[in-house]
Amino acid sequence: MLETVIHGVTFKNPVIAASGTFGFGHEFSQFYDLSRLGGISSKGLTLEERFGNSGERLYETESGLINSIGLQNPGVDAFIRDELPYMESLGTVILANLGGGTLDAYLQGVEKLNGTSVDIIELNISCPNVKAGGMAFGIKSDVAYEVVREVRAVCKKPLMVKLSPNAENIVEMAARCEEAGADSISLVNTFKAMAIDIHKKKPVFDNIFAGLSGPAIKNIALRMVYEVSSAVQVPVIGMGGISRWEDAVEFIMAGASAVQVGTANFVRPTVCLEIIEGLEKFMVENSFQTIAEMVGIAHNNA
Amino acid sequence: MPASCLKSDILSHKEIFSGVYQMTCRFPGPKAPGQFFMVRGWQGYPLLSRPISVNDADEDTVTFVYEVRGQGTQLLSALRPGESVELTGPVGSGFPVEKLSGRVAVVAGGIGIAPLLYAAKSMKGCEAELFCGFRGKSYLVEAFAPYVSAVHVASDSGAEGHHGFVTDLLDAADFDAVITCGPEIMMKKVARACREAGVLCYVSMERHMACGIGACLGCTCKTLHGAKCVCKDGPVFLGEDVMIDA
Ligand SMILES: Cc1cc2nc3c(=O)[nH]c(=O)nc-3n(C[C@H](O)[C@H](O)[C@H](O)COP(=O)(O)O)c2cc1C
Repeated sequence: MLETVIHGVTFKNPVIAASGTFGFGHEFSQFYDLSRLGGISSKGLTLEERFGNSGERLYETESGLINSIGLQNPGVDAFIRDELPYMESLGTVILANLGGGTLDAYLQGVEKLNGTSVDIIELNISCPNVKAGGMAFGIKSDVAYEVVREVRAVCKKPLMVKLSPNAENIVEMAARCEEAGADSISLVNTFKAMAIDIHKKKPVFDNIFAGLSGPAIKNIALRMVYEVSSAVQVPVIGMGGISRWEDAVEFIMAGASAVQVGTANFVRPTVCLEIIEGLEKFMVENSFQTIAEMVGIAHNNA
Repeated sequence: MPASCLKSDILSHKEIFSGVYQMTCRFPGPKAPGQFFMVRGWQGYPLLSRPISVNDADEDTVTFVYEVRGQGTQLLSALRPGESVELTGPVGSGFPVEKLSGRVAVVAGGIGIAPLLYAAKSMKGCEAELFCGFRGKSYLVEAFAPYVSAVHVASDSGAEGHHGFVTDLLDAADFDAVITCGPEIMMKKVARACREAGVLCYVSMERHMACGIGACLGCTCKTLHGAKCVCKDGPVFLGEDVMIDA
């Protein structure tokens, strides 16, 4: 009943652990059987290993989290060698989330991932935390179009493009990525934000700006998913502040074929499981036979 | 020792010093000294759970001693026995008490004294002394009596013991090993003194963290062996590995 097929890849259910909030799975495997998940998106990978940002990396807001991790990761080669064998043993769909500083870095990363067992490449053109973290490509749709087109030309895996909510025009951005050959669109990454330490009288983060996630962004992300899903034909994967099964249902009704859960994993490590169970119960109670029946239903009733 | 995420009954909860609380919860299974739990005693907000170290434990229970610092610990402090908290843990890599022998100095700054009690209790065949510094009056010190042969107290205000830093009282060369928890500047001084004296030193680090299990990479610290998660690879590290610029 929960099964959902997205560009030929079958997900057991539409709940995917979001990039950067689930590592490569190890830490969560002590709490539950990860084969229960629809999928896992890897920590954002770059061609070279990165230590990430200096200084404070986290700031809790009233109802969200600002992070400045800065794509700390072991690099694509080490991912393929050390992490992927474990991930592919988990019995869930594996997305390799790929960030990049330059077009060339994206292309080289894609070439390396082409020959592996990853199911999907999630192209991150939206990390706000690294000067060359990809967000430069995620603001203007013409720039994004070029990157996606070039990546598409070498990519042998289904290509999901992850959008930044900081894009100048999110609907146009999605449409251009589709035109350039994206097989699906995921959104949103974090919102560019900041915090000031009033006692030190300076910005909390060394980079000044950082990315806001969690419940605080949910209803803006939902609106973006709603708008984008009526503007593109390819599947849309929605995220931003999903913490409960009700949130997941909202995103699906707004037009998402699947959802990703990020920050909520930090609050309770078993949250994805609770969302999957709640979703199934809701479908039974409301006589939905398939996820597809729910996708975008809010548009019909608007 | 895998962690679990459970709803746990509060068995006792009291204020042992102004703004410092001691809470015992039912939580079966082993817990190692220096490990901690992500504690949540509320729905919704604050968003994140709070990392609180194991102050004492047995097979069925865990005890925390924490200081009220913000909204989370404030909400926690209002809970009564019979109510419940959500606990994720035990997490982290604690004090390797099996590697300690001979004379051990246990050095605490403020609320950093909390995890050191369970560490002192778990050390076998060592002769331990407690060195502790406080802003004003001391707390929790009596609980160490069965496990230490001497207690040295310092206070910033002069309200109790030596008027000054706890590090003034410590001569690392007198000991075979030192374990410490408290403000980072204090631990830096301790680690430096140990390095100069060639004494084994373990420090328990504190960083802002979101998940507590090694997934968010928010609490990364630089070590001699590369980037490590304070929550998962620590919070306890060899002093010389993390106090690189000390
Ligand atoms: C600590 C942290 C690290 C993240 N790292 C990445 C990353 O490496 N790559 C990426 O595409 N998104 C990353 N994200 C963004 C999330 O995948 C997600 O898009 C965003 O947080 C919104 O969803 P949420 O509100 O459910 O967290 C990160 C988010 C957080 C909080």
